[in-house]
Amino acid sequence: MVTFLLNGETVQAEVSPTETLLDFLRERQGLTGTKEGCNEGDCGACSVIVTGPDARPLAMNSCILFMGQLHGRAVRTVEGVSGPGGALHPVQQAMVDHHGSQCGFCTPGFITTMAAAHMNGATDHEDQVAGNLCRCTGYAPIIRAAEEASAQPVPGWMADAAPTPESDAPYPSPTSSDALAEWYAAHPGGTLIGGATDVGLWVTKQLRELDEICFTNRCTDLQQIEQTEAGLRIGAACTITQVLEAVRDLYPSFAEMLRRYGSVQVRNAATIGGNIANGSPIGDSPPALIALGATLHLRKGDARREMPIEDFFIEYGKQDCAPGEFVEAVTIPQNPDTLRCYKISKRFDQDISAVCGCFNIAVNGGTVTGARIAFGGMAGTPKRASHVEAALLGQPWTTETVASAQSAFEQDFTPLSDMRASAEYRMQVAKALLQRCLEDSEKNPTDVLEVRP
Amino acid sequence: MSVGTSSKHDSGPLHVTGAARYVDDIPTPSGTLHLAFGLSNIARGRITGMDLSQVRAAPGVVAVLTAQDLPYANDVSPSAHDEPLLADGTLHYVGQPVFLVVARSHLAARKAARLGNVSYEPETPILSIEDALAANSRFEEGPRVYAKGDVESGLSAGAHRIQGRIDIGGQEHFYLEGQAALALPQESGEMVVHASSQHPTEIQHKVADALGRAMNAVRVEVRRMGGGFGGKESQGNALCVACAVVADRLKRPVKMRYDRDDDMTITGKRHDFRVVYDVGFDDAGRITGLEFTHYTRCGWAQDLSLPVADRAMLHADNAYLLDHVRITSHRLKTNTQSATAFRGFGGPQGMLGMERVVDHIAHHLGMDPLQVRRANFYASGGDISKHGKSAEANTTPYGMPVTDFILQDLIDQLEGSSAYQERRTKVAAWNAKHNVLKRGISLSPVKFGISFTLTHLNQAGALVHVYQDGSIHLNHGGTEMGQGLFTKVAQVAASAFGMPLETVQITATDTGKVPNTSATAASSGTDLNGMAVKAACETIRDRISEHLGGGAVFEDGMVVADGRTVSFAEAVKSAYEARISLSATGFYATPDVAWDRIAGQGRPFYYFAYGAAVTEVVIDTLTGENRILRTDILHDCGSSLNPGLDIGQIEGGYVQGAGWLTTEELVWDDTGALRTHAPATYKIPCASDRPEIFNVDLWDGEAPEPTIYRSKAVGEPPLMLGISALLALSDAVASCGEAYPDLQAPATAEQVLQAVKRVRG
Repeated sequence: MVTFLLNGETVQAEVSPTETLLDFLRERQGLTGTKEGCNEGDCGACSVIVTGPDARPLAMNSCILFMGQLHGRAVRTVEGVSGPGGALHPVQQAMVDHHGSQCGFCTPGFITTMAAAHMNGATDHEDQVAGNLCRCTGYAPIIRAAEEASAQPVPGWMADAAPTPESDAPYPSPTSSDALAEWYAAHPGGTLIGGATDVGLWVTKQLRELDEICFTNRCTDLQQIEQTEAGLRIGAACTITQVLEAVRDLYPSFAEMLRRYGSVQVRNAATIGGNIANGSPIGDSPPALIALGATLHLRKGDARREMPIEDFFIEYGKQDCAPGEFVEAVTIPQNPDTLRCYKISKRFDQDISAVCGCFNIAVNGGTVTGARIAFGGMAGTPKRASHVEAALLGQPWTTETVASAQSAFEQDFTPLSDMRASAEYRMQVAKALLQRCLEDSEKNPTDVLEVRP
Repeated sequence: MSVGTSSKHDSGPLHVTGAARYVDDIPTPSGTLHLAFGLSNIARGRITGMDLSQVRAAPGVVAVLTAQDLPYANDVSPSAHDEPLLADGTLHYVGQPVFLVVARSHLAARKAARLGNVSYEPETPILSIEDALAANSRFEEGPRVYAKGDVESGLSAGAHRIQGRIDIGGQEHFYLEGQAALALPQESGEMVVHASSQHPTEIQHKVADALGRAMNAVRVEVRRMGGGFGGKESQGNALCVACAVVADRLKRPVKMRYDRDDDMTITGKRHDFRVVYDVGFDDAGRITGLEFTHYTRCGWAQDLSLPVADRAMLHADNAYLLDHVRITSHRLKTNTQSATAFRGFGGPQGMLGMERVVDHIAHHLGMDPLQVRRANFYASGGDISKHGKSAEANTTPYGMPVTDFILQDLIDQLEGSSAYQERRTKVAAWNAKHNVLKRGISLSPVKFGISFTLTHLNQAGALVHVYQDGSIHLNHGGTEMGQGLFTKVAQVAASAFGMPLETVQITATDTGKVPNTSATAASSGTDLNGMAVKAACETIRDRISEHLGGGAVFEDGMVVADGRTVSFAEAVKSAYEARISLSATGFYATPDVAWDRIAGQGRPFYYFAYGAAVTEVVIDTLTGENRILRTDILHDCGSSLNPGLDIGQIEGGYVQGAGWLTTEELVWDDTGALRTHAPATYKIPCASDRPEIFNVDLWDGEAPEPTIYRSKAVGEPPLMLGISALLALSDAVASCGEAYPDLQAPATAEQVLQAVKRVRG
């Protein structure tokens, strides 16, 4: 039985581990306040609050949250945001007062997301609700409501503590990397599920049945971030939220890119290991990690090996990863921060990159002494721009050098056209981002997000 | 009085607690079956065979239907009977429903629907405007043409003449609640349908036809929609008909909802347009002659495309008096989703064409576009004596006199409150200091015609009961999709009886209570239904008044008559005991409208709603990335029934309009498949895309026509305020060089970068 707390009550559910929480709530519990808007984690109408052993309430998308991820967790839905006797939570009252709902369909998701932010004391309201789409209001009254509610105390009824189940999870859900390694070595054809922000869509959109699965979200030793001699070692099961917090001061440009990588709900679920291991050419963390010279740690059974992360990506859909082998961690070497990450997409927040360019360029005495440049969206894998790097190394860091190095992008990349951008635009942008990097280093404003009215 | 106050949305407390019920939330009887469509994966061809054995054998499947299994009309078209529920041998677009799976669960139906094996003989699809023109693939026999004056001589009369073109992308509605329906068969073949529809009467009509029954055998109920925006005017027909047909056949309750990808793949969207223009003008920017050619891809079926394309023509003038003008409109039939109603209904595309012309003229003359606008505005209040002409000359290209024009004054006010001129200067100074980032600013007006252009639709009914305890039960033909219609109409009822708003019980729209309703569309919901409710309330009020001796005043919950003051409840009880009917219907038909859409002459609109917006943007000239910094809006709601709700419509409409013209890009591939069929790939604005400074004010005025409490319709007009965002981007791009930006829509980062490159030469 999957054991978890639902709006304060213990639930023991006999379910398929890949049934989504959203379906469970709506179809088995009759809790229809939580809505299905897109069934892929992009609209936030299904948002709920999940509290794990660390007691931190997290907004998550229930449409791509598997029941198997909930063992030993506490879940609060919109129905549980109002208090006993129907008392409105401050965000609920503020939303009513500010005309924050029109059609109301997105509203429960906003309420849960805002209530989670409220509990966490977050006041970066736009970012907190970046994963909640509203088609009616234009968001103005919602942000006003969030601002007003932020001054109110958290109601007592919101406190959730993750339960400690008496029984084990009824499906593979190891609590250590050793156990995970053992399971995966024995089931090399199986699927590891971290945050399910990708695998979730295999189930909800591709309608696939997954037989051999294993959840990694209880492997606490894979959720650690530590400073080692080699640098910052990040366990593969760390969420993007954890990574963002860890790099916020060390690599602020990386942190800002991770902020835009996905919404709060997605960042709270998605793991760094998943983002690397799935080998997507448009995953946002690999280009940054490549540019940072990160080392990838792989494990199969008791055997471990490591490699520069760029070597992991062989070609589209193919990684240097044996059956039964998994990403255990990634280490970012300790170096001065010269990283600049640029994410180009149709929308700034919660959008997949058309091009993601990461530049780690060291300049000494006006000369380029180090250049690690990597891109997503430009090839079948996240890929270094080695010709561009070569064209920069040893050259003065000037407009002229940049102009002549730009043509090297055509040796490094042959991008494709798709619904996100044309091949021509991708190439133009890749070149332009090198110039942006130069302008940035000269403190010339280049970021439209930093312009105030 | 309740009207004029910012009462909260009646469902607000239900929305925020999750208690508000949408179709998919209605508890269903046990044994309810679920549906999914098997879809065409080619854009055009002939079905040569269908092997559905795997579908039938899939777990949970109860039945599979094809066109042959439909007992009566295989037709879900709202207009020309050219839209079969299930493909009848030919395939017209990728995503067309071909067969219907009935299963025990939504998931089982979805899974089975993918197992169909349809063989077909493909034909070359007609996808683009060029394809359609080459094949003369169109609706109607040829283009529609509306004209005024002598275009040829007008074009050559000015000192200047330019030509240009703008391609305007379509738009996905992205109502957060996808299409959904639930059909409950009744004891002797009647059908009750819970629909997420803006048009319950049409659902009733199509379901009746599909069941071979009269309309009185079908009752359709709509409590609320999770967003509509025009996308639930006709697009829900297929689901409701499918549910009803299966429910009737299997005598079981049947529910259907589209998964988001299916929804975006199957249903129609805003029409994309190409607007080609040729304009003559003088040194002051005054237009001497203007020729527009509209091309629009209507998709595979007619749906509402003719009135949409008409309305684009009717807004091709926007706010400007054109003496010599011709508008030619081609309605092209393509193998794509059947484009449909979307907030503005063609108006936005027509209006954008005109604003583009103004922008181009201003650039050509090196003038502030606002000067060009002022040089061409209609005369205020219809007085054009300063032009040395008679009032009749202040007419639209379709011969309707403009008698209520207020944009001169409205824009004077907005120009000041937004500090437009000062900021234009500041923008130029800022741009001179920045080589990578550039700002732009634009002020654009909206004049939007209010009424259904199909004149007979301008009617509405209401049913009001007053119970013996003094409580009021309200019903009317309009549907609630978030716009606050139910709240506004309840305010009308409360005001009529002098009662607090809470005493009015709002109830679901129900074809069994108010028949023969028009779609809640064309911004008309409050105008029409508010008047019908007022009429019903006044009938009851007059009866009570007469019972009390006449001349009764209903105020603050009391009734004063014949020198006596009693509570409303007491007055009602007394009337009841005197055997006075406390129930009444109300009816309203908009006066004075008459329109000949073939001749292009008449008065299609009862009045115009006005507004204007100033948008300031910033672009990155390296990548084309761009963002709205500040927006100031002054909008005309007449004497607003509810300023809070109206401002909500304006803010939301603006952001939706700006989204249409910036990040929202529909992409079809070469096979005709829509590649942007989920929010992962189709990007509507999110919170950080709204303007950082967002000032919205209501124009202090009242409707000149006797509308409901002299208010004006507000649903659609504000969407077109978003045009100022595109023009501001154009302004920013123009600062990069000499050439005209020729910015296309949507102005994604990619489009903006191409425009920057064009301007830099």
